[in-house]
Amino acid sequence: MLKDWINKGRLKSPWIVHFDCGSCNGCDIEVLACLTPIYDVERFGIINIGDPKHADVLLVTGTVNHRNKHVLKNIYDQMPSPKAVIAMGACGLSGGVFREAYNVVGGVDKVIPVDVYVRGCPPKPEAIIDGVVHALGKVKAALEAAG
Amino acid sequence: MGKLLLATIAVILAPVIGGLVAGLDRKCTAWLQSRVGPPILQPFYDVFKLLGKSPMMMNPWQILTVWVYLVSSMLTVFLFFLGSDLLLMFFVLTIGAVFFVMGALSTQSPYAQVGAQRELVTMLTYEPLIILVFVSIAMVTGSFKVSEVFTYGKPLLYQLPLMFVVLGYALTIKLRKSPFDISACHHAHQEIVRGVLTEYSGPQLALIEIAHWYDVVFVLGLCALFWATSFWGCAILLVVTYFAELVIDNVTARMTYKWMLKTVWGWGLALSVLNLLWLYAG
Repeated sequence: MLKDWINKGRLKSPWIVHFDCGSCNGCDIEVLACLTPIYDVERFGIINIGDPKHADVLLVTGTVNHRNKHVLKNIYDQMPSPKAVIAMGACGLSGGVFREAYNVVGGVDKVIPVDVYVRGCPPKPEAIIDGVVHALGKVKAALEAAG
Repeated sequence: MGKLLLATIAVILAPVIGGLVAGLDRKCTAWLQSRVGPPILQPFYDVFKLLGKSPMMMNPWQILTVWVYLVSSMLTVFLFFLGSDLLLMFFVLTIGAVFFVMGALSTQSPYAQVGAQRELVTMLTYEPLIILVFVSIAMVTGSFKVSEVFTYGKPLLYQLPLMFVVLGYALTIKLRKSPFDISACHHAHQEIVRGVLTEYSGPQLALIEIAHWYDVVFVLGLCALFWATSFWGCAILLVVTYFAELVIDNVTARMTYKWMLKTVWGWGLALSVLNLLWLYAG
C-alpha cells in the first residue's frame, strides 16, 4: 500500500529545478510564466525549486557548451533518482542557431539522457506544461512496467 | 491511563492534522494570490514521493540528526497531550531544533552553513519569548503543567492578551512564515536555496517535513491554551490566528536577520514586560 502511495506521489508532485545553459532568456521567462497566476502550475503540484537535491525534473534551456557541460552533468548527478530531464527550446534540443559554433557541444542529450524534448524558440508555456505531462507519462509507464 | 491513551492517539493523528493544515495553508495562499492552488492533500503527495526517492546523504550524521529532530517533535506533542510540564516540552523542542541545525552544519555546503547560522539566530530570537510566555502562564495559573492550565476556569487571553501577540511572533518564526523565514525560505532560489534544508534530500527531507507538521500541531496547541475553557472559543482563536499568519506571510517580504532580532526582541520584550507588570499590579 505504501508503494501505491509513493507512486501516486511521484505522479502528483514533480518538483522542477531549472538550469539555464546560457540561453537568451526567452525560454526562461516562458518557464517563469508557467508559475504566474495565469498558468499556475502549482495546482498540479509542480514547484520550481532551487535545489537539485530536492528536485525530480531537470528543465534545461539554452546552448550546452564545453564550459557548462560539466555544471549540467554535476546538477544531474546531484538529483536523487527517480528523475527526469526535459530539454527546452531550439538551443536545448540541438544547439539551435549556435550549433556550428566552435565551443558548442550541441543538444542537452549529448551530455545527459533526455526524456522529453519541448520544441520552440521559445516554446509557449502550454508546450512546457505539456512537456512535463509527457515526462510524467513516461514515469507512469516505467512504474507500471516495474510493477 | 486515559491521558496516556489520548497522548498516543495525538501522536498518531498529529501528522495527519499537520499535513491538512499545510494543505489548507497552500490553498489559502493561492487564493490570496488569485491562483487555483494545489489540492488539499498535496503535502501528503510530496512527502510520499520524497519517501520513495533514493537516499543521498552527505554523511551518516545527517540521518541521526533527522531522526532526533523527528522524535523530539513527536515527544513534544506527546508531552503536551499528556498534560505535562511546559518547560520540559520547551527543552525537548530545543533539542530537536539544535540537532536539525547540527545536521546542516555537518555538511560543507556554504548554503547549508549560512542557513544553519541563520536558523541559530532564529532560535535565539524566539526562544526567550516562548519562555516568557510560559512564565506568564505560570504566573496566572500557578503551575507550568498543561493539565492545570486546562482546568483553570477563565480563558487566559483575558489576562494575557499581549503575551498572545508575543506568542504570535514566536509562531511566525517557528512556522517559517515571512517576514521571518530567513533560514529556510521556499522562494529564495537565488540566495540561499532553502538554507538549512539544502543538503537534506529524499527520505530525510520527508522526515523533516513530518517533524514540521508535529511542530505546527504543538504550536497551535500552545495557542489553544489561551482559550482552553470552550471548544468553539478555542477553535475560533486557532483559525483566526493561523489565518492572520497566512495574511502576514503573503503581505510581507523577507527581512534581514538583524532586523528580525531587533524587532522581535524589541516588541516581544516590551509587550511581555507590559503584560507582566499589569499582572503584577492587578
